[in-house]
Amino acid sequence: MGKASLEVTRGAAACGCAARTAAGNAREASPQDMARVREIISRLRDRTAPLLPILQAIQKEMGWISEEAMVEVAEALGMHPSQVYGVTTFYTLFATGPKGKHVIRVCASAPCHVPGAGAVLEALKKALGVEVGETTPDGKFTLELTSCIGVCGVAPAIMIDDQVYGNLKPADIGAILARY
Amino acid sequence: MAKVTLTIDGRKVEAERGMTVLEAARLAGINIPTLCYLENLNAIGACRVCVVEVKGAKALQASCVLPVAEGMEVWTNSRAVRASRRTTVELLLSDHPTECTTCIRNGTCELQALAESLGIRRVRFEGEKHGGVPDESSPSIVRDNAKCVLCRRCVAVCEKVQSVKAIGPQERGFETAIAPPFELPLADSVCVNCGQCTLVCPTGALHEHDDSELVWAALADPGKHVVVQTAPATRVTVGEMFGMPPGSVVTGKMVAALRRLGFDRVFDTDFTADLTIIEEGYELVHRLQEGGVLPMITSCSPGWIKFIETFFPDMLPNLSTCKSPQQMFGALAKTYYARKVGIDPADIFVVSIMPCTAKKFEARRPEMTDSGYPDIDAVLTTRELGRMLKEAGVVFDALPEEPYDDPLGVSTGAGAIFGATGGVMEAALRTAYEVVTGKTLPALDFQSVRGMEGIKEATVNLDGTELRVVVAHTLGNARKVLEAVRVDPGRYHFIEIMACPGGCIGGGGQPIPTTDEIRKKRIEAIYRVDRDMPLRKSHDNPVIKVLYQEFLGEPNSHKAHELLHTHYQPRYQYAQL
Amino acid sequence: MLYRAHVLVCNGTNCSLKASPEIQKEFSRLLPEYGLDKEVKVVETGCFGLCEYGPTVVVFPDGTFYSGVKVSDVREIVSEHLYKGRVVKRLLYQVPPAAKPVQVYPEVDYFRHQVRVVLRNCGFIDPESIEEYIARGGYQALGKALTAMTPAQVVEEIKASGLRGRGGAGFPTGLKWQFAARADGSGPKYVVCNADEGEPGTFKDRLILEGDPHAVLEGMALAGYAVGAHQGYVYIRGEYVLSIERLERAIAQAREMGLLGKNILGSGFDFDVEIRLGAGAYVCGEETALFESLEGGRGEPRIKPPYPTDAGLFGRPTVINNVETLANVPVIIERGASWFRTLGTQKTPGTKVFTLTGDIVNAGLIEVPMGITLREIIYNIGGGIPNGRQFKLAQTGGTSGGVIPPELLDVPMDYDSLAAHGSALGSGALLIIDDSHCIVDVAKSFSFFFLHESCGKCTPCREGTLQLHRIMERISRGEATRTDLENMKALAQAMYVAPLCPLGQTAPLPLMSTFRWFESEYLAHVVGKTCPAGVCPVDGTAARAAAGCAAREV
Repeated sequence: MGKASLEVTRGAAACGCAARTAAGNAREASPQDMARVREIISRLRDRTAPLLPILQAIQKEMGWISEEAMVEVAEALGMHPSQVYGVTTFYTLFATGPKGKHVIRVCASAPCHVPGAGAVLEALKKALGVEVGETTPDGKFTLELTSCIGVCGVAPAIMIDDQVYGNLKPADIGAILARY
Repeated sequence: MAKVTLTIDGRKVEAERGMTVLEAARLAGINIPTLCYLENLNAIGACRVCVVEVKGAKALQASCVLPVAEGMEVWTNSRAVRASRRTTVELLLSDHPTECTTCIRNGTCELQALAESLGIRRVRFEGEKHGGVPDESSPSIVRDNAKCVLCRRCVAVCEKVQSVKAIGPQERGFETAIAPPFELPLADSVCVNCGQCTLVCPTGALHEHDDSELVWAALADPGKHVVVQTAPATRVTVGEMFGMPPGSVVTGKMVAALRRLGFDRVFDTDFTADLTIIEEGYELVHRLQEGGVLPMITSCSPGWIKFIETFFPDMLPNLSTCKSPQQMFGALAKTYYARKVGIDPADIFVVSIMPCTAKKFEARRPEMTDSGYPDIDAVLTTRELGRMLKEAGVVFDALPEEPYDDPLGVSTGAGAIFGATGGVMEAALRTAYEVVTGKTLPALDFQSVRGMEGIKEATVNLDGTELRVVVAHTLGNARKVLEAVRVDPGRYHFIEIMACPGGCIGGGGQPIPTTDEIRKKRIEAIYRVDRDMPLRKSHDNPVIKVLYQEFLGEPNSHKAHELLHTHYQPRYQYAQL
Repeated sequence: MLYRAHVLVCNGTNCSLKASPEIQKEFSRLLPEYGLDKEVKVVETGCFGLCEYGPTVVVFPDGTFYSGVKVSDVREIVSEHLYKGRVVKRLLYQVPPAAKPVQVYPEVDYFRHQVRVVLRNCGFIDPESIEEYIARGGYQALGKALTAMTPAQVVEEIKASGLRGRGGAGFPTGLKWQFAARADGSGPKYVVCNADEGEPGTFKDRLILEGDPHAVLEGMALAGYAVGAHQGYVYIRGEYVLSIERLERAIAQAREMGLLGKNILGSGFDFDVEIRLGAGAYVCGEETALFESLEGGRGEPRIKPPYPTDAGLFGRPTVINNVETLANVPVIIERGASWFRTLGTQKTPGTKVFTLTGDIVNAGLIEVPMGITLREIIYNIGGGIPNGRQFKLAQTGGTSGGVIPPELLDVPMDYDSLAAHGSALGSGALLIIDDSHCIVDVAKSFSFFFLHESCGKCTPCREGTLQLHRIMERISRGEATRTDLENMKALAQAMYVAPLCPLGQTAPLPLMSTFRWFESEYLAHVVGKTCPAGVCPVDGTAARAAAGCAAREV
């Protein structure tokens, strides 16, 4: 739920959390490898409606989509950066700033909420020492909420990057985090 | 057109197939309130204010996007419709600053009018407000997203009419915002400052940067000699700020009003419009005869200038080197005029009354200090002037007609028509014909370059020489013309471009509302001004002749180049990245 | 090669999370040790369904059903069952623990009451093998249609079957195809498979695609033939990693065998399929938002009309069907509309795949005839409520559906019956909730969902979902007044009819449905300032403690 979460942004503003600002600074500080971005664009630009596939490839390969990358994509596709930015910020799987090495998404929808996702989230916050939307100081984990990820058969569930963990209890968190 | 019959509120209504229910209802005299809808520009069914009940449909339908159909039964005012409409407007208000009394759109706000017409006396919902602090980075336009109702008219005009796309929707849900990309301030975006968004914004979310305080301060300063110039298009629009019908010519009243405000001299931008024609006309003739870069493109419209710098930098050599009439005026006011009246230019404060928000940006360009000072000190839009006059208690209607001051107040009809699309072209042709042929022009009116058509091509016979010209208004049309020229550079000799629809009479600083219908009335008025002038060709302006004799020498002289011409530089769209 | 026995190891996402890949490896490692590698084949299958008791292993030909298998159990299954022919009784399905163990899967209650049409192959074939799909009759329907039926006959057959869209809206599929078939044919038409399964509690499409991807591809090709489309797209959630992999492999296999691509089966009919991934937006499950997204834009719904069958993807006539709908198509063409009509009800023939989640003994994926009662699903198939608790409510149709209280347990599960009770069949999600939960706390997770997933284009949804959630938060904290309840009701009435798309129109439904059946529990929070279930921070202390970083609770 990360960037689009009302709770997260407003919460951060209300208590002066520095998550967004820190991301903002990091964003300018680490220009992306534009050669790789250009390679992705040239690989996918001839597909029908290539914008989303290109953004998905950049996100997947680089972990986030920088402003330089969005401008490059816009120019290649004959679009305007404001359109590319509008699309990028619409979807929760796209990040416009760097995140932790691993992104933990905790499902907040009813089928996970009912069997105790709240307690799992609390355990994660405690273990990581961060709030939702924040990244651990060592840059290893970013904690986010997500809507249903479709593994309700093993609720409550979380995703760490592409890997799903289900049937979780707060006590499981330590062992799972230890794998990373 | 095939007709269909539908029932609206129990009445049989005939409508053309392809029409929307909203249009059919309005034709039948039934008013359905709207907010995001704007005729010919934005019909997206997003605000849900114009919803109607349709027999057989589970949900209410947005009438602005609902096509009429044979036998359709529509209710525009049922209990469900009223309840929904009221809830929707209350929801908008729950997320809107309730500072109507201090808002720049107090009295012209469509949300305010909507709440009033629906009789909303209480908002049941309260909640956090979106938006944050206003973006005042641009000298032309203020973006106050707290007041944004997400109607997206601004996005539509910026994209569809101007092809600039400086702003767009981003994020989603309650976090949705209309803004430049990458959280950039407007000043650092590709916004060309045309201000068309401020004309279509229903609320105070997008408005002109108000510089009236600067002007009040100068007027109150006894050490300042404050002169004002009025742009061609303002004389046919200021009256609308006081309830006069669109198309009212109020030149004399405007001059009188400016005197009441305390300006030391009231001059006319039409004078430097005439001067622009001379300089630009000679430049064109020179390029034609000496093999210069063609086609030559006019350079009066500052929104257009930033547009070409940003999107077509390779074509900057095609741009006429002439400054705009506003800037020529400033440069002369602080040199020629200062010397003539014996006032230190440092003590002269030059104010422009403009139909345009981009003129504020233009006045602050580093290129515009050739007099040794900022050529222009403050730019006010028609709207700001209207508000200042109201504040000063000037009863506009009752004012006498007064003439401009000498010498910079003398002009011809050719200067006046600068305010409408095709006007610069027509004025230039009147002069070019006589300069090139040495003959008197038999008929002054070039009808083929007049009117609201987006791109107007014409061929003019200059005594055996064919001059191929084209006139474009709106930047979307400008883009089309430039792309055509890239493909076929020999297609035209001379191009007129004005950034705003209809030209300056439809500028971003003009009274709200500005619709196509209103634009047409203003254009008619501009040509009436021209028709009624004793002199109608720029080169006949007697003060221009004196100016060359006393000061500039001859057209395109070294001195003229120093003060009246400039060169623009390419801009990178996102240079900061 | 012929094998004496087959060992089917479920490798659906739910089982694979519990080490089923390791189990499969262990079988492959141990079989040669016992000299069985030439006699016994290990098959990695898609979801078998009983996710709660995974990983599951089924041994054929006898059908012995082992549940909750661990890697350490594999040696015993190999040495005892496969080598000596003795069933490992301790691994048999035995729920509740005191019950008699059941040896073969068709006798397990969970399966006994099911009718598997859509899931006919799930759990029984290796989804990565097109040969196994073909061996069970796969692509015969496509062959039959291309050689023996006209496109119009295919449309007629689907119309006659009474198949209705399984994505939630229940629109007659045949009619949709007919519209598209008759639409402007001057340019391309498209078939889109909607696999953007985002409805909380729903994972049927994921498991169908994981377990039997070819059935969906065959359904798409049949749709393409019926309406005159040559290009299909599967728009699938980016999070469905395994489904995407399986689908990619299936497309490649089908192309290789001439079942997709140019001149399919020598018939002259061309049809190909491309996969497009979603990027995290529930609203893209709405068909026009999906088109916007597939075209590369923000997933904001379009105004209808025009409808997709006239102007859909890229502005062209488009058939857009849900995964489950398409998986029904090959069977209908193969076995005929009249056979299909023997299943389910008069108005809604066929079966429905449900996903059982929440406080239920057998959570997982089931397929039953339309019209079965909720009671049968919960108690006969689902095994009832665990931990000795009482059934409190079921939410049908996912978060955008309504709730069913105990007094309505005998409602038949079909589109119209549920709609009559203010709920919805929707996507087939069934969230069972026991009496330990607070209705307000549950409803608050619904309102949060819609707030987060609103696209923001239209006013009532953008602003209304925020207001609904804020009111739910106030109720939960014991801060709400009766006026809040009145305002919530009025807002809900407007939101049912005012928003641009079904997402906003549905947002108040689950809240109002909980309010309708559990009003006294709401009033306990609002008037009595107590939470009967002891879940909500009504006394304000917990709320204030959490207020340091504003409303972060899930």
